Amino acid sequence: MLLEIAGLTSHYGRIRALEGIDLEVAEGELVALVGANGAGKTTLLRCISGVQAATSGRIAFAGAELGRMAPERRLGLGIAQVPEGRQVFAPMSVEDNLRLGAFRRRGSDVAADLARMYAMFPVLEAKRRQPAGTLSGGQQQMLALGRALMSHPRLLLLDEPSMGLAPLLVAEIFAIIQSLKAAGTTIFLVEQNAAAALAIADRAYVLETGQVVLSGSGADLLADPRVKEAYLGV
Amino acid sequence: MAAGFWSTDAMGAPLIQYLFAGLTSGAIYALAGLGFSLIYNASSVINFAQGEFIMIGGMTAASLVAAGIPLPLAALAAVAVTVVVGMALEKLAIEPARDAGVVSVVIITIGASIFLRGVAQLVWDKDFHSLPSFSGDIPLHVGGAVLMPQSLWVLGVSMAVIAWLWWFFTRTLFGKAMLAASANRLAAQLVGIAVKRVLLAAFALSALLGAVGGVVVTPITFTNTDAGIMLGLKGFAAAVLGGLGSGPGAIAGGLLVGLAEALAAGYLSSAYKDAIAFVIILSVLVLRPQGLFGCRGSDRV
Amino acid sequence: MNTRLRPLAMLAIVLAGAPLFFPNSYVYDVAGTALLNAVVCVGLDLLIGYAGQISLGHAGFFALGAYGSAILTGRWGVPPATALAASAVAVGLLAFLIGRPVLRLKGHTLAMATLGIGIIIHIVLKTESWLTGGSDGLSVDPFRAFGFTLAGERPWYWVAAVLLLAVMWLTGNLVDSPLGRALRAVHGSEVAAEAAGVDPAPTKLMVFVLSAMFASLAGSLIAHKSGFITPDIASFFRSIELVTMVVLGGMASTWGAVAGAVILTVLPQALAGIEDYESILLGAVMMGTMIFLPRGLVPSLAAAVRRRGRVS
Ligand SMILES: Nc1ncnc2c1ncn2[C@@H]1O[C@H](COP(=O)(O)OP(=O)(O)OP(=O)(O)O)[C@@H](O)[C@H]1O
Ligand SMILES: [Mg+2]
Repeated sequence: MLLEIAGLTSHYGRIRALEGIDLEVAEGELVALVGANGAGKTTLLRCISGVQAATSGRIAFAGAELGRMAPERRLGLGIAQVPEGRQVFAPMSVEDNLRLGAFRRRGSDVAADLARMYAMFPVLEAKRRQPAGTLSGGQQQMLALGRALMSHPRLLLLDEPSMGLAPLLVAEIFAIIQSLKAAGTTIFLVEQNAAAALAIADRAYVLETGQVVLSGSGADLLADPRVKEAYLGV
Repeated sequence: MAAGFWSTDAMGAPLIQYLFAGLTSGAIYALAGLGFSLIYNASSVINFAQGEFIMIGGMTAASLVAAGIPLPLAALAAVAVTVVVGMALEKLAIEPARDAGVVSVVIITIGASIFLRGVAQLVWDKDFHSLPSFSGDIPLHVGGAVLMPQSLWVLGVSMAVIAWLWWFFTRTLFGKAMLAASANRLAAQLVGIAVKRVLLAAFALSALLGAVGGVVVTPITFTNTDAGIMLGLKGFAAAVLGGLGSGPGAIAGGLLVGLAEALAAGYLSSAYKDAIAFVIILSVLVLRPQGLFGCRGSDRV
Repeated sequence: MNTRLRPLAMLAIVLAGAPLFFPNSYVYDVAGTALLNAVVCVGLDLLIGYAGQISLGHAGFFALGAYGSAILTGRWGVPPATALAASAVAVGLLAFLIGRPVLRLKGHTLAMATLGIGIIIHIVLKTESWLTGGSDGLSVDPFRAFGFTLAGERPWYWVAAVLLLAVMWLTGNLVDSPLGRALRAVHGSEVAAEAAGVDPAPTKLMVFVLSAMFASLAGSLIAHKSGFITPDIASFFRSIELVTMVVLGGMASTWGAVAGAVILTVLPQALAGIEDYESILLGAVMMGTMIFLPRGLVPSLAAAVRRRGRVS
């Protein structure tokens, strides 16, 4: 297993956001996590990236315990995250945003990676000197994705990449995710757009008020009556 | 503050003379203001010990030169000592209090400034110390005004340091990482920028700015262990005037405070020179709370 | 007894009993000064601790009270009680005029503005020597009222104690009143305060004016008590000292303000033998308290005692 989580609990002050999460992601898999507003999806990703402390439980990556490892060292191991709401460095140029994505790999072939990102997202190349804050929502999402890819992640965490985007853009983002998976990247995808996420996921988990209530293959969950009722609006 | 800096030649002292004096002191305020902004950007902390960096830089250089060490070496050592002090301050007093409120951190940095002043009084004494001018004391005559060569050193070195800072923040990856951390702390962590190291670097840079200012200005103003108080407060005024957190704002604010002070001292009353900075800042804050050049909310706390 | 009066009665007992342990008049003198500082701190705590507004310039108001009394009594023969009241009213008016624009600021810009006000007052006092005596200072006549002259360390101690009790009673009432709730709302969140129908601006302004008047009162009395004042009572350092007293003792705790004032007044006296280390120790105390007891002495101790109580 690339990522193994066991009994993970996390709090904001006294509020418990996660309780006893058990979850696994294998190398090369695309695993989706769906759940309603406030279920704790973002909190789980924050714990994996190390920007939020776990109260108890363990997270192991490629066989190594992460414990209280600092976020920057987790990035060094290959865990990259595209955070909720994109979080681009608004006043900085598009290109600087991408370069900072490779912050942990200074000196190596950053130029080649930049070219790769521009090939994948041509619109970013056209705007490479503009402040990231001036981009549209969809463009910012691509920038945030490109920035994360610049670190050559072994595991890519995506937090609601389709949020707030027009349907056409949503389809484009999902196509990109699928192509990343096809290229061998392991992906852990958080989505409220459950139908789209389950459709492309190998496996998926359903989170409710901080606990995993269902798990299975993407197709099974898509057919599950409980999921249909709660998340697919059927 | 010792005489010399603002000494005005009453007999028809020309405007240009005041302007030079204002730019010279303004350059020091600008460096101090940049120090405030750097640390504020990295951590939302106002470092009231900024003035102490100026003092420690000047005092160290003065005592090393007095001990017979050549000026360039003494200046380098003074900057190095101050940078170490700045980093120690961050490690020992700021980092342990990361989660404390604004008022608490303000008290900590003020406590640090009192502490550093106390240590300085033990290491040195309360007397004024000086440095020889870098290139002699033969005044230059410019358009009827008398200009001390050291003023040119102050302006030149300040500009060089500011240019270096500009290069650091726009051309180096670590500089950009520092900007990124202040633009979006979470995203910075997620791309692997160690926020703690950014904070440490901000204190080191601020100490460097202060020390450089202290070394170049000491031949003009002299220095003693209390010299940092007013310089620091005016640096803070400069930073707030330009919009806290804005680099160009701090530079403009510093020059503005320096010029206004020199003109007021020359034409109005030299006794109220020290009050000018604060009169300006009060008027500006009341009319434009985000500072003259600030555009984002000036209160991020 | 009513819950509001009980702590006040306790303080009265402590203040009345403390002199039993005073070996000489020097201790009375220091204690009197400490209590007058406490008066300033109780007002400042109302501003910082309850209303959440920082002021780095309160020494300016303190000094204006002191100089107001000194000048009115010394130059124009105004009776001290009238001079004290007139100074307090004038300072209150000044605080009102300044506070209206300045209290719109928040956080660090408010700190900058109040700091600037304090420094400007300091410089004016230093510069206008025709009126204030400049840096050389000004001697102040003793306090006379109703045919009596207030002289000696002991009477001053009792006057300071009574004034502190009065001020504590007043602030105690204020904190428990609807205005007090409004204050706490202002500290919590101005948006929430507005939502609850409290306009934060007049509340903040009122507290600012009140705390400036307390400072002025204490300043007037300290001027008469010590008989000599210099502009340094308005210095930035002095403003910082006042804020430190409040924060050291514990914000939003009137007891904390008193404890902080007493500790920071007594500490330098106790350190008199080792003057060379005074700044180092003061700085270390300021940093250490904020790092290890960020809520201040009194609330931290109270919490520790409560924990103990629960365990046993
Ligand atoms: N900074 C915070 N402080 C306190 N509570 C928080 C904080 N962030 C999240 N929470 C709480 O933790 C719980 C989980 O939040 P989280 O953001 O992880 O949910 P989510 O599943 O990502 O929701 P969404 O779909 O809205 O993004 C929620 O109840 C939320 O209110
Ligand atoms: Mg979320």
